[in-house]
Amino acid sequence: MTQSRSSFLSIMLFLGFAFLYVPMILLVIYSFNHSKLVPVWGGWSTRWYKVLFESPEVWDAVRLSLQIAVVNATVATMLGTFAGLAMVRFGRFRARTLFGGMLVAPLVMPEVITGLSLLVFFISLKDLFGWPAERGFITITIAHITFSLAYVAVIVQARLTGIGETLEEAAADLGAKPFKVMTSITLPRLAPGMLAGWLLAFTLSLDDLVIASFVTGPGANTLPILIFSRIRLGLRPDINALATIIILFVAVLVAIAAYIMFRQQKRELLDQQMAQSGGD
Amino acid sequence: MNDSAFPSDLAPKALANTSVLDRLQERWKTIVIVLPFVWLLVFFLAPFFIVAKISLAELEISSPPFTAMIEWVDGTIVTIRLVFDNFIYIFEDPLYSKTYLNSIKIAFISTLLALLLGYPISYGIVRSNPVTKQLLLFAIILPFWTSFLLRVYAWMGLLADQGTINNLLISLGLIETPLRMLYTEFAVYVGIVYTYLPFMILPLYANMEKLDVTLNEAAADLGSGPINTFFKITLPLTMPGVIAGALLVFIPATGEYVIPDLLGGGNVQMIGRQLYNEFARNIDWPVAAAVAIVLLLILVLPMAIYQYYQGRAAERI
Repeated sequence: MTQSRSSFLSIMLFLGFAFLYVPMILLVIYSFNHSKLVPVWGGWSTRWYKVLFESPEVWDAVRLSLQIAVVNATVATMLGTFAGLAMVRFGRFRARTLFGGMLVAPLVMPEVITGLSLLVFFISLKDLFGWPAERGFITITIAHITFSLAYVAVIVQARLTGIGETLEEAAADLGAKPFKVMTSITLPRLAPGMLAGWLLAFTLSLDDLVIASFVTGPGANTLPILIFSRIRLGLRPDINALATIIILFVAVLVAIAAYIMFRQQKRELLDQQMAQSGGD
Repeated sequence: MNDSAFPSDLAPKALANTSVLDRLQERWKTIVIVLPFVWLLVFFLAPFFIVAKISLAELEISSPPFTAMIEWVDGTIVTIRLVFDNFIYIFEDPLYSKTYLNSIKIAFISTLLALLLGYPISYGIVRSNPVTKQLLLFAIILPFWTSFLLRVYAWMGLLADQGTINNLLISLGLIETPLRMLYTEFAVYVGIVYTYLPFMILPLYANMEKLDVTLNEAAADLGSGPINTFFKITLPLTMPGVIAGALLVFIPATGEYVIPDLLGGGNVQMIGRQLYNEFARNIDWPVAAAVAIVLLLILVLPMAIYQYYQGRAAERI
């Protein structure tokens, strides 16, 4: 009985991962297709990469997207870490329920609603205060920070719960002031979580189409906006090339993040083992 | 917002002395709370109230293209205009009710399909050995980091009339004329299940990992068959994971814009796409705002259930 179920599970695992990965692999393979028609194989070629690199619009969009992603990730990591600390380490405070609700809501809110509401908000602000004078970099960055900080907070909260409070309590017992405990114990141990949060915020920002489409202004095209405007009309070989570069870029980023997290976990495990053997 | 809004009960239980430094620490903690809180109040909560306000306004040819709710004369409020016409318009026009119902139907069926696919996958991951488990989990999370838009685009290439699947089927001699798959409801189901599958698997996995295998063994010892054990023990115990995963797919899928637009073309009506078009092409903001408010009202209940389960899960830790 157990045997038959485990082979059923193995088949499901295989099918599931094939379903997840085959489309991406095909996308990459067809980026090296010489033919102008994406699904018709015309031999290996890198011509679409050349077309891509010679397009100034693509470079402008890449630059704008990277600028937004970096500012977004940095601010969102700071605010998200603060929010995570407040939720996990500060016990009960007034309006904690509202705060917690606002931290979860951006994760599940349909993008069209977030996008529309931020747009009308920016326009009302402009009517009242004359700011933001034009929509683009600043409005997209603010919109991205708003949902990214919620994701960072989730990661930070998980990490804070995971590392526990034992070391912090020990430091406090030994006379360390709370601020000192925060800067020399909590934050260094939280660093891998913050890095993971930064990377997630960075990729979320690079990835967002819907919210950016709402809050952007004329002339400010992020990379997803540019890609979307091109693929709405059908398949395009140069977009396959662009997709391949983006997938590769993200895969490298994620591999680095996974490596750093893994190393940190291993070191903490070693520390724990040493501490235990020393105590015996 | 000053520190009086967050009184001294901020101090953790372990540290209960009252020096000057301690009061400084309270202020520092207040900043840590207030910065993200104010950000969310201003850029997340306040915008919703503006949308609600606009949904009760009339279309006007001006900038912004809607009438003011409150008209000021000499600093006193003269009239408060609340116009429910936009909501009446949405309820009376069969286009909108059909689009809402269609969105819910598509999101519901996609959620069910994602559950049927995601449940055995997460169970398979949980039952793997520790190293494989980590690798498989990583492989589930990886697509979540790569571009959503490009994952949808990948299916355009697979499902097109001259796409990979049709080319394969024709070369195998199984069909003669290409199957119409792209720009149909089928394509939208595939797209939603494909892009949201990690959202289904991760909460399921988190839940299944805590399952006690000895319960299954006990059931087997007492003569329960595997199917009976699954429905009497495994499924009820994994219900919190099922609910969390299902809501994480259902809620965003209902308001989905990119997938119906790219994979459904003009043939699949979903409310997210309708909302975007209302706003971008028709420039009827009051109606777009009303469409958004109704969508939000539809999703408030599933969102509240999700929050409730998240809160309960957090308390159990």
